[in-house]
Amino acid sequence: MSALFAGIFYIAALIFVVGVGRKIMLYARTPAPLKIPTTPAPVTQTGVVLRMAREVVLFSSLFKSNKWTWVFGWMFHVGLLLAFFRHLRYAISPNSFLWPIVSFDLIQAFGKYAGFAMLAGLGGLLARRFLVDRVRYISAPSDYLMLVLLLGIGGSGMLMSFVAHPDIIMLKEFVLGLFFFDLQPLPTDGLLLVHLSLVALLMIIFPISKLLHAPGLFFSPSRNQVDNPREKRHLAPWATKFDADQG
Amino acid sequence: MAEYEIPELRNIPIIPKVEVGTMAHIKSFMAKESMQTALGFPGELVDDWEEKLLDKMDDLRGRYRSLQVYLDSCVKCGACTDKCHYFIGTGDPKNMPVARQDLMRKVYRRYRTFAGKFFGKLGIPGFVGAAELNKDVLDEWYSYFHQCSQCRRCSVYCPYGIDTAEISMAAREMMDSIGVGQKYCNEIVGKAQTIGNNLGLPERALADTLEGLEEEVEEDIGVAVKFPLDQKGVDILLVAPSADFFAEPHVDGLIGYAKVFHEAGASWTLSSHASEAANFGMFIGSYENMRILSQRVRKAALDLGVKRIIFGECGHAWRVAYSFLNTLAGPWDFMDPKYPVPQHICEYTYDLIQQDKLKFDKSENDHMTITFHDSCNVARASRMGNKPGGQFDIPRAVIKAACNNYVDMPEDTIKEATFCCGGGGGILTDDLMEIRVKGAQPRMEAYNQVVKERGVTNLAAICAICKAQFSKVLPYYGFGMTDIISVHQLVGDALLLSDAADSNDAEDVGGEE
Repeated sequence: MSALFAGIFYIAALIFVVGVGRKIMLYARTPAPLKIPTTPAPVTQTGVVLRMAREVVLFSSLFKSNKWTWVFGWMFHVGLLLAFFRHLRYAISPNSFLWPIVSFDLIQAFGKYAGFAMLAGLGGLLARRFLVDRVRYISAPSDYLMLVLLLGIGGSGMLMSFVAHPDIIMLKEFVLGLFFFDLQPLPTDGLLLVHLSLVALLMIIFPISKLLHAPGLFFSPSRNQVDNPREKRHLAPWATKFDADQG
Repeated sequence: MAEYEIPELRNIPIIPKVEVGTMAHIKSFMAKESMQTALGFPGELVDDWEEKLLDKMDDLRGRYRSLQVYLDSCVKCGACTDKCHYFIGTGDPKNMPVARQDLMRKVYRRYRTFAGKFFGKLGIPGFVGAAELNKDVLDEWYSYFHQCSQCRRCSVYCPYGIDTAEISMAAREMMDSIGVGQKYCNEIVGKAQTIGNNLGLPERALADTLEGLEEEVEEDIGVAVKFPLDQKGVDILLVAPSADFFAEPHVDGLIGYAKVFHEAGASWTLSSHASEAANFGMFIGSYENMRILSQRVRKAALDLGVKRIIFGECGHAWRVAYSFLNTLAGPWDFMDPKYPVPQHICEYTYDLIQQDKLKFDKSENDHMTITFHDSCNVARASRMGNKPGGQFDIPRAVIKAACNNYVDMPEDTIKEATFCCGGGGGILTDDLMEIRVKGAQPRMEAYNQVVKERGVTNLAAICAICKAQFSKVLPYYGFGMTDIISVHQLVGDALLLSDAADSNDAEDVGGEE
């Protein structure tokens, strides 16, 4: 069982890193031949960084659009982030210089209860898919299942946190072992195996699904371009041939 | 008036119930073979079109980051679903931006992503939002990608900035590449490339029209306001939408620009070579065609030896001019570096007002209470002045300098949230009248509100398409077709010309500002 899960996680990590890495390379390499920021847009690079920060941290465009989707979406993402921070202590050795940070009480406490926000947010988003006719119309089965998958991850995690604790020391030895290619036994706790399987599945589908919105946002020309087309000539490499033809 | 039901005006904000297929019958006329081949596209649907369509998609994904990122990134959150004026006016769910994009995205997913290929082979591509490409899908593309005015309202509200305009432009270019083009756009691009303007108005006719205007204005106000054409060695090249030469209310705007130039003592000219501000190359997503049209402006500027370029009131034109002209026809290093290239006529007039060089008798416009319709591509795809949002403030400042009575429409229908007039982006054709009328509904509802509550009498705009569209659709909603006016008509009517016979009257009203 330990070897099987170790294998699954190596493969999942490989698919995740290579898959997402390739997409990021593709986005970075593909030119944006025209200036298309959605205006009013910042006129400086600093302004663009601030605009992007507002989008990433506060979901500012979504806030303008729909308060329910914003509340549920933001709760879920922030809950997920805090839960992720809490998980770092399972993957970082007490000898690491990072340990004082990840073991910090606030991170642990926030992370524990953030799970509720995450589940509530996901529940709200799932309810919207069923209840709002417009959102129902655009939802494919995979859109529902993505939320179910995340609910499964959050739910199994919360059960381990609050109801049936697995052998966390043993788990940590297994995880640290993965980093050093030193296979350690994994606790055969049912909830834990479900939790880990679903996380591996999430990593595997990340580069082939809409989860690409995470890197995608940073490459969105309507959000990341400076509004200065009159001041600075913008030309894509493939478009220079026209200038050359013109002589 | 028409065989379809004219919608009743409602109170904003409005989110209609989904009604599947209500607009599926919409199909604009297709381009004839000669119109297609003139632009370098196949004359009719090619063999193996499925494969060639996908090849073109790959080509465009490789050239446009927006297309690649937007096809991958949508999470179907629904934020955009109630934002498109065509959805609000029709309830057809394929007019929700995400569903319109999905017409392309489902094909991309089926043939170019692992998930789509995998579930496609299992026979259930729909499981991951993918679908087979076939003639029905192509027909839906043709219908619904010509029900998008590329107004970018969806992109304001999308958490990733996904802009349906980018998708519909790519879709139109992909369809053109397999021989499925739209008559309205492609015929016009052809005319503008060969004759110099969208109307196909030759140099002689243009010269006659301008002479006629000079006589008319002189008769009217007793001042010899000039409308120069192809005059070399002047400072300013004015590039106006060709509708300004004869259509109502556009021409009153042109008279307004001419009066401003006259009063400022500027030397300026129109060009018969670049006698069109609009650039329909953008509507069909074609960089190459858009560039050919932009190059006409460069050639005119070089031939005439001007120092500045100013664009007239035209929405999508200003997007191409402001955002793309430097890319497509720059660099402009031979122009006067004191001014940006190009400038908008509102920027020009606004600067003169700031310098106190224009005097107005605002009472000339007292019979009206004005509201301003922010044209979509000016609002969300360009700027005026130095500061973000100048595209909202400057036209309003110009209007207020010329009018006493001004009222804004509700906040969620103006500025960056403005509704398209319903006729932009290649929709302004009689064969799409039904979608034009229904797409105008959100704007009409917002207008109705200020008409009822604030006594507004007129709607001012700075876009040739908006003006043409409104004069056509206003009557469907019970308003007068002359409610729509040019911003520079207001300017022209109130502007005091210092060489006018009765210019002494100017003293008592001039200092009002």
